[in-house]
Amino acid sequence: MDWKKYAYTFLITAAIFGTAIFLSNFFNQKKLNEIKDIESRIAVDILASETQFSLLEELSCRDIGNTFLSKELAELGDRLSYTEESRGTDDPEVMNLKRYYSLLEIKDFLLYQKVKDRCGAPEGFLPPIIYFYSNEEGVCDGCEREGYVLTRLREEYPDLRVYSFDYDLNLSAISTLVNIYGVKGELPALLINEKTYYGFKSIEDIKEIIPALKEIDRQKAEAEKQATSTKDN
Amino acid sequence: MAAIDEIITYALLFLALYFEVFLLVTYFEIKDQKGKFLSSFKKNIALPSVTIIVPVWNEEATVLKTVFSLLKLDYPRHLLSVFVVDDGSTDKTWNVLQRFSRNKQITLLQKPNGGKHTAVNFALERTKSDLVGCLDADSFVHPQALRRIVANFEDPEIMAVTPAMKVHEASTVIQLMQKVEYGWAVFLRQIFAYLNAQYVIPGPFSIVRSKVFHQIGFYKHAYNTEDMEMALRMQSNGYKIGNEPSALVYTVTPNTLKKLYKQRLRWTYGFLRNTFDYKHLFFRPQYGHLGMIILPTASFSLVSLLYIIGKAIVDYANIIFNKIIEFRTVGFHFKWPNTFDWFYFNTDLVAILSFMALIFTITMLFMSRKLSEGHMRPGRDMLYFLALYSVIAPLWIIKAFYNVAFAKSTKWR
Repeated sequence: MDWKKYAYTFLITAAIFGTAIFLSNFFNQKKLNEIKDIESRIAVDILASETQFSLLEELSCRDIGNTFLSKELAELGDRLSYTEESRGTDDPEVMNLKRYYSLLEIKDFLLYQKVKDRCGAPEGFLPPIIYFYSNEEGVCDGCEREGYVLTRLREEYPDLRVYSFDYDLNLSAISTLVNIYGVKGELPALLINEKTYYGFKSIEDIKEIIPALKEIDRQKAEAEKQATSTKDN
Repeated sequence: MAAIDEIITYALLFLALYFEVFLLVTYFEIKDQKGKFLSSFKKNIALPSVTIIVPVWNEEATVLKTVFSLLKLDYPRHLLSVFVVDDGSTDKTWNVLQRFSRNKQITLLQKPNGGKHTAVNFALERTKSDLVGCLDADSFVHPQALRRIVANFEDPEIMAVTPAMKVHEASTVIQLMQKVEYGWAVFLRQIFAYLNAQYVIPGPFSIVRSKVFHQIGFYKHAYNTEDMEMALRMQSNGYKIGNEPSALVYTVTPNTLKKLYKQRLRWTYGFLRNTFDYKHLFFRPQYGHLGMIILPTASFSLVSLLYIIGKAIVDYANIIFNKIIEFRTVGFHFKWPNTFDWFYFNTDLVAILSFMALIFTITMLFMSRKLSEGHMRPGRDMLYFLALYSVIAPLWIIKAFYNVAFAKSTKWR
């Protein structure tokens, strides 16, 4: 028997396996770093907006442009939920990133509130949706479907801000938010214009809650109609 | 649960990679030694006498072509005889065969129907040549095939030599897919021969020393895969089986999925039953690579395939279930991703390992193409093979396991 060949083959296979482990770790770490990069960019954005807001406090609301909220939050959310799905909810590194993401969401939301309180709702801005969910099995039956609804809404209305919070995430800031708005543990829960809605809400339900969405639909339909009639002419 | 699942998956991937690396290492060993083989090849060896047995059953349409291809073999007439055994055909096969009744090279035999192996044995009892081979009535040989095979018998240890089988006139998608598969088999057979680990002497044109049958007996009923049983019996008696990749045999292959399914069910079922009967070969160093790696891997790959199929079904069912929920919640909506984002590229260990295993497989497919077709150009046949084989092979594998478990036998036709 040529035992040496079996040993060589084993070594080569082990080397290939090792390379695969290295590559997988390398790419996964790179992804986590990318999430960290986005998080720190958003942190800077928020800080910049807050600073700008404090500086302009004495000045007119007109000086506040409509770019004061971070554009990258949604993208960050997508990446995090993908990472959470592929690495599991028990990965401590992912959970840390998620906690930080939740903090950024809260800061972003507070900034929005501040601007709104001082200057009224900025023009063209839709009221943000705060969404509480749970990934734990059997805790929230409607959360998966609510997730599809909110994803679709965000695709259709890019200006709609959805802040999603994992109810089970061990983060005191989320608990405070829950206490302030008196959100009970019945999930899914949506907080829109300081009012909490419990249970699954379909796209139509949410459009009823936020009539501005219907208005956008109407404008879109009109624009389309005009476009077709121009074409026909 | 998830942890066990992961460990099994990693173990399977490790074993699959191990086997692929083993094959590749062996292939390069062969390449390294090829020069030595060729230099030992002598052209003017004393040619042995050969009998080719053609068992036929209702093969009036193809039998003539098969016999003619044998008559065209480049081999001295007085050393080559053909025995055609009509195994109780109910069509005009026997009448068609009468045109050879005066040909001294050809012996026509007739017997009541009893199955292919009985027909071959019927002729074996009557042969006196040094070498004996078979040719199914759905196969044709290249004129040089016999000479090329016979040259291998110069090695006194070689007791049987297998040819390189090719698909005859592939036209349907199913046949084109098999063309690649047969090319792959040519590659594997060469490697297995080098390792002395062939476990089938294919019905079409494998040539065996006559004395083998006198020493270890004739063909016996073995789940309609008698050629595998004979190879395993030879292996367990320590006989060497060689391979001649340049000896080409063309065989008519199933042209529809249904026919292919039937044939492969018979092969897979026969493989499972025969390897079980010869389980004493497993993990015994005295049976060399056959016992240590080839048979265990071949059997294990079928079992692991069952696991992979089961897992894939569960995974896909989950995805479909979620898609249905999504569809019922927000309706159908397809959105092209705006830009390619590497972030969403699966870089899990399982994905990377599977990708590596796939790369090895494709590399070996190209090598086998070079060996069997003489070129490496990809064609649509490769596409069919890659896209279809893994989808349809589970059909007969699952059924074969089912039949083994519930003791159901398979039919020839």
